[in-house]
Amino acid sequence: MTTFLGMPATAPRGVGHLRGDQPFPRAAHDALDNSQLRRNLRHATTTIRGKSGRVIAELPDWQRLRDAGSAIKADVMSRLPSLLVELESRVIEAGGVVHWAADANEANEIVTGLVRRTGSERVIKVKSMATQEIGLNEALEDAGITPVETDLAELIVQLGDDKPSHILVPAIHRNRSEIREIFLRAMPGVDPALTDDPPVLAAAARRYLRETFLSTSVAVSGANFAIAETGTLGVVESEGNGRMCLTLPDTLITVMGIEKVLPTWRDLEVFLQLLPRASTGERMNPYTTMWTGVTPGDGPQNFHLVLLDNGRSAVLADTVGRQALHCIRCSACLNVCPVYERTGGHAYGSVYPGPIGAVLSPQLTGIEDNASLPYASSLCGACFDACPVKIDIPSMLVHLRNKAPHSPAERAAMAAAAYTMSRPRLYASAQRAAKMARIVGRRGRGLPPPLSGWTAGRDLPEFPEQTFRDWWARR
Amino acid sequence: MRIAFFATCLADTLFPEAAKATVRLLERLGHEVVFPFEQTCCGQMHINTGYQKEALPLVKRYAQTFDPYEVIVVPSGSCAGSIRHQHAMVASSYGDAGLAARSASVAARTYELSELLIDVLKVEDVGAYYPHRVTYHPTCHSLRMIRVGDKPLRLLRQVRGLDLVELPAAEQCCGFGGTFALKNAETSTAMLADKMTNIVSTGADVCTAGDTSCLMHIGGGLSRLRTGVRTVHLAEILASTESS
Ligand code: SF4
Repeated sequence: MTTFLGMPATAPRGVGHLRGDQPFPRAAHDALDNSQLRRNLRHATTTIRGKSGRVIAELPDWQRLRDAGSAIKADVMSRLPSLLVELESRVIEAGGVVHWAADANEANEIVTGLVRRTGSERVIKVKSMATQEIGLNEALEDAGITPVETDLAELIVQLGDDKPSHILVPAIHRNRSEIREIFLRAMPGVDPALTDDPPVLAAAARRYLRETFLSTSVAVSGANFAIAETGTLGVVESEGNGRMCLTLPDTLITVMGIEKVLPTWRDLEVFLQLLPRASTGERMNPYTTMWTGVTPGDGPQNFHLVLLDNGRSAVLADTVGRQALHCIRCSACLNVCPVYERTGGHAYGSVYPGPIGAVLSPQLTGIEDNASLPYASSLCGACFDACPVKIDIPSMLVHLRNKAPHSPAERAAMAAAAYTMSRPRLYASAQRAAKMARIVGRRGRGLPPPLSGWTAGRDLPEFPEQTFRDWWARR
Repeated sequence: MRIAFFATCLADTLFPEAAKATVRLLERLGHEVVFPFEQTCCGQMHINTGYQKEALPLVKRYAQTFDPYEVIVVPSGSCAGSIRHQHAMVASSYGDAGLAARSASVAARTYELSELLIDVLKVEDVGAYYPHRVTYHPTCHSLRMIRVGDKPLRLLRQVRGLDLVELPAAEQCCGFGGTFALKNAETSTAMLADKMTNIVSTGADVCTAGDTSCLMHIGGGLSRLRTGVRTVHLAEILASTESS
């Protein structure tokens, strides 16, 4: 008998939200046309950037914390299987049930089955990227179960029948008057005299959510961290709605990407400093909820942990690409990315937008399905500098571009250019030929595609009379 | 000092003035400049577009051409970045350990212009004269890949007659990114638009940088909009004197 199970599988098609309908440049086109969206985004990212920068500056050991975070994550990846087995046994010892899900379909089936067995027709949800990744809400709805998002921004997205566009602030693309309209249209029992004053909007959501919290017996969450040595799961958040879900219901089901495990309780010290400062610009997030299995008479009495692969083993198998699994979903890279700032999250087609999305999504799905994403970056490097766990996103983008399928025309052009440029004489004569042929025409207008994209907004320089090489030869 | 000059394909072909200025400047400071003719291109465009295999001969050519020299200068932050951070990586990912070692060694002797002047030649005042209002765009690769820091600004502050004005949101990318400007032309244009607004807001008549590629991009946009602001490579400013 063999234990070789084949190459690690990527996330399956037809389920979940890792793939867009169109390539990035096409999807970005619409966002770039929407000036309201661009204003909303610019305002929000600039505000978060400023706040985060100020609180990070307060920590004299920030760079060493980043190093520590990076080192812990590298260690986790180097022994992920054994840490997961350790986590599994600790969770079981503490009274939890552990399920392993190879992909989105399996995870959805597991969770749907668990909810069905409770008899509940509704679940309350803690904001979670993993459940969005696998399309759990849709799967639950198909099974006749109503998922209610309880994170305010996530609720706005859900009620608006919209898609999240930011990891941390899913409704970042909405302003308050749009939110008022969504609430008036879709929130059960909302006061028709609702204004767009933020406290008023928050109060309306609170009223609706309180009722839902108290009348729902099943919650679904993700996890920011899982501690292998104790079997403890943790969620950090700002609103307290997550804590309601994690403590009030009778049954708690947590869906967690397998990369979220940390070896020891002490490792948390590093991440609880890195995450809030990098993500929301807070010194400490207001709510950190941790739970270990079940405690009789206190909190949920049934706890299920679903360990989700969905392409992560395939990512782990790539020694360069696996750094993407270090991500703690703080969204700092989104907030500093000039491309994200102008196109918004929807252009990326996946629930993981921005720089981390550009390297994570194509790896989870297989690069063929998200081939335009590694190119959705100017390689400016701002994401690398901002990342609290020092993920070298620019190098990973370059690595993935090297694996991406190329069009035959581009491949031919690049091969020809490389052939010419690696032969100095040929190169020098090509320089002269280019000048003679005046391929750039008058001020470079009217070039054929893909060069026409460039000249749509810029003038190309005139070819000089003499190349440097010729000048040097004659002087 | 004997300094080998890597002109870069872009400066050699399209912006010879930036390359000539580099030579004039270094010679004026009393150094011998050598231009090895076998040089072509660092391969950055190929590497960053996903053609590492095609870039391999260019990586090899760079290492071969410049290995004999103690000090190599390149008037481009992004080419210096590619040489320093990508050449050995490309060589080793295609199984050429010998080339990887050689590339790493040559890369360690390759300096961007402001690094060469300040770190190696230990000069901040190069004796330049340039009577213009100038703003400086740091360029992403100079700033974050090779981390030249404030070296270009220190050099500019010593230039006589020069009125240096700060560029708002200077550290934001101009949107060039090599083939990014082709593959995502509209996003690139949106980024460029903001960069131009910031440049124009300074009231400068010249925008300078240490990279001809970003300057080509910004200059192309400024020219299309007829802003009247010119783009000039840092080397050209540093090479200017009262008599030129
Ligand atoms: S890649 Fe880094 S900066 Fe981006 S979300 Fe993940 S941890 Fe945060």
